[in-house]
Amino acid sequence: MSLKDKLHSLKLKYKGKKMAPAFNAIHTFLYLPNEITHSGAHVRGADDLKRTMNTVIMALLPCLIFGMFNAGYQHHLAIGEITAVDGFFGSAFWSIDNLVVGLWKVLPLVVISYGVGLAVEFLFAVIKGHEVEEGYLVTGMLVPLIVPVDTPLWMLAVAVVFGVVIGKEVFGGTGMNILNPALTIRAFLFFAYPTWMSGDKVWVHGAVERANEIAGGAQLDAISGETVLGALAQGKQVAYSASDMFLGFIPGSVGETSALLILLGALFLVFTKIGSWRIMLSAVLGALVMGLIFNGVVSAEWIGTGSKFYSLMSTEFWHHLIIGGFAFGVVFMATDPVTASQTNKGKWIYGFLIGFISILIRVFNPAYPEGVMLAILLMNVFAPTVDHYVVQGNIKKRMKRLKVKTA
Amino acid sequence: MSKDIRIRKGLDIKLVGEAEKTTANATRSNVYAVKPDDFHGIIPKVIAKQGSEVKAGDPLFHSKTNEHILFPSPVSGEVVEIVRGAKRKILAFKILADKEQQYVDYGAKDVSQMSAEAITSHLLASGCWPFIKRRPYDVIADPAVAPKAIFVSAYDTAPLAADYDYVLAGKEEALQAAVTALSKLTSGAVHVSVNKKGSSPFAGLANISVHQLSGPHPVGNVGVQIAKIDPINKGEVVWTINPQDLVVIGELLLTGKFNAERVVALTGSSVKKPQYFVSKIGAEVSSVVYDGGVSDTNIRVISGNVLTGDNVKPDGYLGYYHNSITVIPEGDDYEFFGWNKPIFNKISPSRALTFSWLFPKKKYDLNTNTNGEHRAFVVTGNYEEVFPMDIYPLQLLKACAVKDLDAMEQLGMYEVAPEDFALTEFICVSKQPHQEIIREGLDLMLKEIG
Repeated sequence: MSLKDKLHSLKLKYKGKKMAPAFNAIHTFLYLPNEITHSGAHVRGADDLKRTMNTVIMALLPCLIFGMFNAGYQHHLAIGEITAVDGFFGSAFWSIDNLVVGLWKVLPLVVISYGVGLAVEFLFAVIKGHEVEEGYLVTGMLVPLIVPVDTPLWMLAVAVVFGVVIGKEVFGGTGMNILNPALTIRAFLFFAYPTWMSGDKVWVHGAVERANEIAGGAQLDAISGETVLGALAQGKQVAYSASDMFLGFIPGSVGETSALLILLGALFLVFTKIGSWRIMLSAVLGALVMGLIFNGVVSAEWIGTGSKFYSLMSTEFWHHLIIGGFAFGVVFMATDPVTASQTNKGKWIYGFLIGFISILIRVFNPAYPEGVMLAILLMNVFAPTVDHYVVQGNIKKRMKRLKVKTA
Repeated sequence: MSKDIRIRKGLDIKLVGEAEKTTANATRSNVYAVKPDDFHGIIPKVIAKQGSEVKAGDPLFHSKTNEHILFPSPVSGEVVEIVRGAKRKILAFKILADKEQQYVDYGAKDVSQMSAEAITSHLLASGCWPFIKRRPYDVIADPAVAPKAIFVSAYDTAPLAADYDYVLAGKEEALQAAVTALSKLTSGAVHVSVNKKGSSPFAGLANISVHQLSGPHPVGNVGVQIAKIDPINKGEVVWTINPQDLVVIGELLLTGKFNAERVVALTGSSVKKPQYFVSKIGAEVSSVVYDGGVSDTNIRVISGNVLTGDNVKPDGYLGYYHNSITVIPEGDDYEFFGWNKPIFNKISPSRALTFSWLFPKKKYDLNTNTNGEHRAFVVTGNYEEVFPMDIYPLQLLKACAVKDLDAMEQLGMYEVAPEDFALTEFICVSKQPHQEIIREGLDLMLKEIG
């Protein structure tokens, strides 16, 4: 008896039982089910939700791998151990040492994110008797990429449980949620454990530990692992060039640093028609417009160099695209179809406002200069409103047609 | 005024097994069946009892709500069985056909001399009325309500559909009689849409307004044509009718006989020799299918096309409105890692490791597998790519799903029929039953608003 037949007879055995959704989830992972059409069209297109989600994961993988190397690189750089060029391609970045540190720190985040999140999903599927839906496949990959590398695992686990239950399951599961689950998890971490989520110590592996040792009286140099945004918010000199920022050799959340790889991911999503180019493009436009406005304010000398906003306001407008989590958020999280605007016109408005508000928050909130998370969550809430007015436009057109007729 | 229609949004589903343009006579079917389920929303009241003899054109039953709407027998013979299902619902009238066919003589008419009332009562009495359907709701028309216009789509763009230019060739006289009669029933025009690249028998007819169509499926859907030519507003009614049914009406007017003969396309990848057959409404599909030969045992026989047809099983009957029979393989098998491996043999509107975009000319051999399981609506913006009307498809589907009558009305429910959602259903990533959702929504509206 082949594996296929064995699984088929097991499926029949489990049918109608409590555990059926859990079994089916694993079964359908191995085999495309033998389901046939019953009503309507007799043939169907090739795409299903698993394939859609899988495509997003493929777009994220380069960011994950780069993030592992970068975690190690930033760590070694900070403790002064980058001396020799001994990596692949003759660079100090792509070295085994860096990868080992990255694997050691990042893989547990991935495992916890998927393990805890999918456990919650399976639990709810079994309790409520519906199939396990694929939404968490992407969320589970996003979460480790948007947290600082040293985030304690228990914290992540708590946040994932919160995010999946409150952010998604209480609304009815995949497809019904209002807020992006990955960002709900991130926001929970940020508000519950702010010291672990911001500041200048959390972005490089080992920095917090070192700070504690120094506080304990050890004679060591402190590690500064400040992000570009953090430095700008405090009016410090930025130590990185624009090409470093674009390529991603900077501290930051695990997967957010390389604008280049995010751009490649974006192109892949747009090419496969899985991600919305409308949202991505309009968000970039929105950010550029806001950036230009601030640059204008600076060049009009409405604020002086003494202002605490001066440093971020005077940041060249296009730099905003390649620093912080802006690119990552816009490409992979603003485009979540469930929480974004659902109409094509709405997507333009929704995306533009995300870009616009991201930079606004970035500049005016120096305590936490990463605006994209809050901007997306805010627009998630307003997306149905945007859609409402777009759809009303269509309805009005229909009403007008009727009036012309009857008049 | 004639207005050409060109659309960009849509999707041509190219399948293996297109009918070759040769016509054979189908093996004579012994038993013919008329299925009340073909007439959506009609509750049948029996006229011809089991065991009675009928001629072709004699009524089998009438509608419970309107006793003037008669449903005729396509052939003469004995009503051998009235098949009933659960709660004694009538599933089919089966007629054992005579060797020599006898027709009821309704009398040849001179259409140009007839009044609208005379035409209506003639079509009702002769059993031709059920051919006329109405929008909104996509049900049989109400003879008491005159339509603002009548629409005929003479270009079927559905996958493997019969080529109307081919099957209607030489029927100009009957078509002319029918459209002349119909043109008297409406204050507006009879709009006939034809393939821009074809040579339609409608092209030279009088009393119609001809529109030329170009673009992908669903440009051939009459709903799309209505939306482009003269969209339906609240309170308005239009009629639609299939061109091959116009031939039946035309023949009735010219000769007085109800002749249910029609040219049927036998298509699909499981058919060995796909071609056209002369058959009749309600014929056993086996009488057509087995002449064509099928290459497999695990097959699905569909009366109609793969998007909107009915699964009739190999021992079923040709549907009342259908002019094609499609046979494709069943897809009740598993596929190892089917959800993430690259796919070359299926059609996909995306490029997510699906490569149908590379081969726009390729013809596919699709089976009935759903290629995934039912899920909540997740993906947005993809339905719009294949939906050429000025309607928000996802929002309308959701309004139907939650039975929000106000929203349904505002979002354009009067303009759509289930077949308009066949393509969105085809590409749906969440494998939602769009046509069923829309049908239920229309039924609810018909019941609540009327």
